[in-house]
Amino acid sequence: MGGDPGASWHGASVTDTPVVLVRGGSLVVRDAAGRPAGLVGATGRSRRSASTSNGAPAVVRQADLLLSGGRIVQVGHDDGRGGTLDAPVGATILDASGCLVLPGLVDIHTHLRQPGDEEAETIESGARAAALGGFTAVVAMPNTDPPLDSASAVRDVLSLARGAPVDVHVAGAITVARSGERLAPMAELARLGVRLFTDDGNGVQSAGMMRRAMQYARGLGVTVAQHCEVDSLARGGAMHEGEWSSRLGLPGIPASAEEAMVARDLILAAETGARLHLLHLSTRGSIGLVRDAKRAGVPVTAEAAPHHIALTDASVATYDPLFKVNPPLRTDDDLRAVRDGVADGTVDAVATDHAPHRSETKDLPFDQAPPGMLGLETALAVVLTMMPDLPPARLIEVMSSGPASIAGIDARGGGAHGGTVEVGSAANLCIVDPEASWVVDRTRLASRSTNSPYAGHKLRGRVRHTVLHGEPVVVDGEALR
Amino acid sequence: MTRHLLSIDDLGADGIAEVLEVTDSFAEVARRAIPKVPTLRGKTVATLFFEDSTRTRISFETAAKRMSADVLSFAAGASSLKKGESLRDTIETIEAMGIDAVVIRHPSSGVALQATRWLTGPVVVNAGDGWHAHPTQALLDLYTVRELLGGDSRCFEGLRIAIVGDIRHSRVARSQVAAYTAMGAKVTLVGPATLLPPSVEGWGVESVTSVIDDVLPAADVVSLLRIQAERGSGAFLPSLREYTSEFGLTMERARCLPSTSIVLHPGPMVRGVEISSDAAELPQVHVTRQVANGVAVRMAVLFLLLGVPGSAGVPGSADSGRAVSAAGAPPPGASSGPELRAGGRDGG
Ligand SMILES: [Zn+2]
Repeated sequence: MGGDPGASWHGASVTDTPVVLVRGGSLVVRDAAGRPAGLVGATGRSRRSASTSNGAPAVVRQADLLLSGGRIVQVGHDDGRGGTLDAPVGATILDASGCLVLPGLVDIHTHLRQPGDEEAETIESGARAAALGGFTAVVAMPNTDPPLDSASAVRDVLSLARGAPVDVHVAGAITVARSGERLAPMAELARLGVRLFTDDGNGVQSAGMMRRAMQYARGLGVTVAQHCEVDSLARGGAMHEGEWSSRLGLPGIPASAEEAMVARDLILAAETGARLHLLHLSTRGSIGLVRDAKRAGVPVTAEAAPHHIALTDASVATYDPLFKVNPPLRTDDDLRAVRDGVADGTVDAVATDHAPHRSETKDLPFDQAPPGMLGLETALAVVLTMMPDLPPARLIEVMSSGPASIAGIDARGGGAHGGTVEVGSAANLCIVDPEASWVVDRTRLASRSTNSPYAGHKLRGRVRHTVLHGEPVVVDGEALR
Repeated sequence: MTRHLLSIDDLGADGIAEVLEVTDSFAEVARRAIPKVPTLRGKTVATLFFEDSTRTRISFETAAKRMSADVLSFAAGASSLKKGESLRDTIETIEAMGIDAVVIRHPSSGVALQATRWLTGPVVVNAGDGWHAHPTQALLDLYTVRELLGGDSRCFEGLRIAIVGDIRHSRVARSQVAAYTAMGAKVTLVGPATLLPPSVEGWGVESVTSVIDDVLPAADVVSLLRIQAERGSGAFLPSLREYTSEFGLTMERARCLPSTSIVLHPGPMVRGVEISSDAAELPQVHVTRQVANGVAVRMAVLFLLLGVPGSAGVPGSADSGRAVSAAGAPPPGASSGPELRAGGRDGG
């Protein structure tokens, strides 16, 4: 893609970015030699070291960063004195003491609702929510109204995203109108920089159509992402089918509705050689299928949503539509399997499936309410709270480098996301205090909607600053744009 | 007593026993020449039915009127919601009307519970929500069984109950299971596997089977559920005819029942599907008695949720002189228990 702005608009102009000193934060460093020298823990827990899923040791060490021209230009030396740097005259100083300095987070599953439902969310409000959540790039899902199944629709979204506090990329539809019947103009969209194609919200029901889409996508070098749900098994369902749906008298969506499509598409990916990405996996069976397929060399990646590592179907006992989501909240056993998948590398990305809904839709009976919950502003905290033992290096993989690679917006794809925090890297940063506790206040969310299942709950881990292409867009938890 | 009655779980064994005891008093009222007492004079009960059920609505309204409550009847069809009014808006209009109790029926599970989050004043009585719960139906079934057995609430201990039919889609079945198991009965669920719930974990049932003939010879109570016609369309069952041949209470099957068995049906009974016409005439079938008891049970429920301590048992003047004289000593003549416990509303 090179200098082509591609399927995104880089919100900050690189030339007039300020000089920024990030002071006192801790970096997660991959040390090829495995030398755990001079470690200072981010959180006072010194000498915290961890292995990444590919076995490379990683360490946490304190160091100041100097940012200029949209890049990291200097990193404090590993001198045992905290890696301090002197602030150049006029530099903006970001206090990162007690914080982890992570590469900017990347969300590959964001519903921004614009065009079509601007009352629920706009690109502007959703991008602000993303920046507050520590994201520097999001991939907007194409199930808008009209859907992103044409070049003009994609261009419209990209132009609306100009000046947003995150880079907004888009996923294109696989089929026209996401109806599963005719291929969307994938090549034309790919020329605009679209790298990910999905009919998300719907699964592609026809195996023949999915196989065709994968063959075509392979030729283009793009990835097909599937919302795995067999309609004939899921139709009419409002929650996970099992103990709780039986008690509560709600129609269920069985695990098999997801797993049957996961299995089918893994077979098609193996056959076609196309890159397949599986959206929001939620069951133990799905995780197992993907784990086996990866071992067998199938070109597949997978994501999991924060709510599937945090909440179970027992939450539905309140009949509060805040807990309605698709795929549905599953059992405790499924939740543990998804967490294991996140930890062991079966799951490549934690992706929010941020799905704003106007408040009145959540005042409907449970079975009539639309599925979906907010995720951008809470995702990182949910992962830190629910998986406190996840090594920082693995955290970076599932929330930054993994999703950036899937979306084709990392350095290999010609993009600036999902890189490492070192000299020369793009200055896209998420600076988070992993120990800070906060209570989610639905009246203070940047999103236009308030459908957060965590409202009123205490989470651990708070984003302090977000830096986009060298420019602070969130400072001390406040959005500057 | 609970503040609202949303499901049988709100009552527990003690609460169920209390309702059944108080029902005795109101059943006595129902047998009077003029069955009216001033118990709830000055109270307003609204029925809010989002789903047609004339039988249940009339039963609640009759219960309220017999206790001299004012009754408002809202037939809130799905149409008002389609016009853009949310369920919450509709329910919140009730709040403004100074209503004391709302009796809600809705085709979606959970709506009665949701309503309690949107209302601060009125007590909520669930008259059926989706497939979830229909607590007064289960209470009237238990009352009928207890009446027929002639005992007190200990009569359920060890009783063998067969619930037959479309358990999966039945709010009645869920409430029956909760009520019978709370009282110590042994419940067996009987139905085609496609109409059984996906899981019975936590239900406390003895067993689940698709062979009715294994169950009938030892059943003390057989509770038949209505099979909706669309279940026979081939999606869940090949046909209603096949259901009848495998699960219908035919004369041949009825002969396998112990002579002391009690057969119940929440109505409306479809003869020729869940029960054959001749079997429906058997003396063990007590559907008419269920209907009569329904009013008394609902009087007891409204009384326990709304009754004001101290005044409930005192004879007063109802809205007509005839009613006063007819009422005599209003219920619950025998028991002062309900009066002591009816203060839930003030405490809540
Ligand atoms: Zn989806």
